[in-house]
Amino acid sequence: MRKLGLLMLLLLAIKEINAQDKYFTREGSISFYSDAIVEDIKAVNSQVLSIVDLTTGKIAIQIKMRSFEFEKGLMKEHFNENYVASYKYPKATFSGKILHIESLSSNNLKTEVVGKIKLHGKEKELRTAVVIKRDANKIIVKGVFNLKLADFDIKIPKILFKNIAEQVAISFELHHKPYIP
Amino acid sequence: MKYFFFSFFALIIFSKALSQELETILENESKSTTDLILGTFNGTRLLNGHSIETRKEGILEFMISHRFGRVNSGFDNLFGLDESNIRFGFEYGLTDDLTVALGRSSLGKTFDTYAKYRLLKQKTGDNPFPFSVTLFASGVAKTIKDYAPDNKTSFSERLVYTGQVLVAKKINPNLSFQFSPTYIHYNTVSEQNDPNDMVALGFGTRIKISKRMSINGEYYYNVNPFESINNKNSIALGLDIETGGHIFQLVFTNAVSMLEKGFIAETTGSFFKADIHFGFNISRAFQLKKNK
Repeated sequence: MRKLGLLMLLLLAIKEINAQDKYFTREGSISFYSDAIVEDIKAVNSQVLSIVDLTTGKIAIQIKMRSFEFEKGLMKEHFNENYVASYKYPKATFSGKILHIESLSSNNLKTEVVGKIKLHGKEKELRTAVVIKRDANKIIVKGVFNLKLADFDIKIPKILFKNIAEQVAISFELHHKPYIP
Repeated sequence: MKYFFFSFFALIIFSKALSQELETILENESKSTTDLILGTFNGTRLLNGHSIETRKEGILEFMISHRFGRVNSGFDNLFGLDESNIRFGFEYGLTDDLTVALGRSSLGKTFDTYAKYRLLKQKTGDNPFPFSVTLFASGVAKTIKDYAPDNKTSFSERLVYTGQVLVAKKINPNLSFQFSPTYIHYNTVSEQNDPNDMVALGFGTRIKISKRMSINGEYYYNVNPFESINNKNSIALGLDIETGGHIFQLVFTNAVSMLEKGFIAETTGSFFKADIHFGFNISRAFQLKKNK
């Protein structure tokens, strides 16, 4: 009986440690910016799901394409229907690893994240600079990178080349809180 | 022994929880949602008639539509291009679901106004809904002085009203259908036997042939047409080209009017005898009010 009690305690402790190492958010923010000759297009998604494991540095992000909000109502429809085909590929994902996570502190840690981004049914390796810090009980991960639409087979019709940039700037800011399963 | 098995079982569960991948956690945490079906049709018009689509809040759509003369009118008339009926319209989205408009057609010097409301929307996900319903109501007044000098008609006598319940379903990204029961009321009719109230049933479809192009078809069956004219059911076939804020529609139809009462009740050309009018609708959307 004592042995069992000890075992249970041990298991609970493991579970506790395990949970403490994972930080999660469902309100992460990702925006993209397309800077073209005729028109600048900006969209924000503030319902991004992200989870980071501080022991391994692993990070996983899930982005619902329909949650991007635009300045112009028609843009949202065209983005979903004509460009990212969200009826077929409703989500974009990233899974990777934040390097040197062991140096995490309350100061900004400038490091890199390496992983795979999946968008519009296409997968691509991504390595980009990232800033991570611990702020009170939060783990904040942010950064900016560029993404070529052609890499993900997202086509811009010739007539709209002046309206849509071939490369868009993606910025992300994810405020994770301790994950309670 | 009992405890042993229990703890063994617990160990398995816990180790499972431990080895859970981050991706799996996200998948479990992602809330399933209900999404509106977007873009059942490209524009607010199927071809002649209205589609279920309305413009979003703060968008002013300027629309220019043309219907030329009959293509079978010969080279002398440049296959109809010498004649044309034109309609200008300003159509504004008061809210995402309610559009109001003012238009003017050269045919009969006609003014028109309409209101269009998206009542039900097709949805997918947790709480799906199988189709969309939009209500349409319009008032049309002919201002051409085509009456005998001693028989001046009053403004209200020249009014014609139309009501429609537009029902549409996007079957898949490339195929949409619409059913458009229509009621038309003429305040006055020219002949005694002509009905003041008319009922018609519209059928339409959009078949996408590329991301920005589709082939549209539209047919209105008039249940009780005017008896004083040889009314034909209106048929329209066309190509839709959508480029960001513009929509171009190339139309081939036996109707010459771009207003419901005109193409449903007053069409006399026979599509199958090549009494076909070439025409187009061009719309440009201007964002007057930005989100947030």
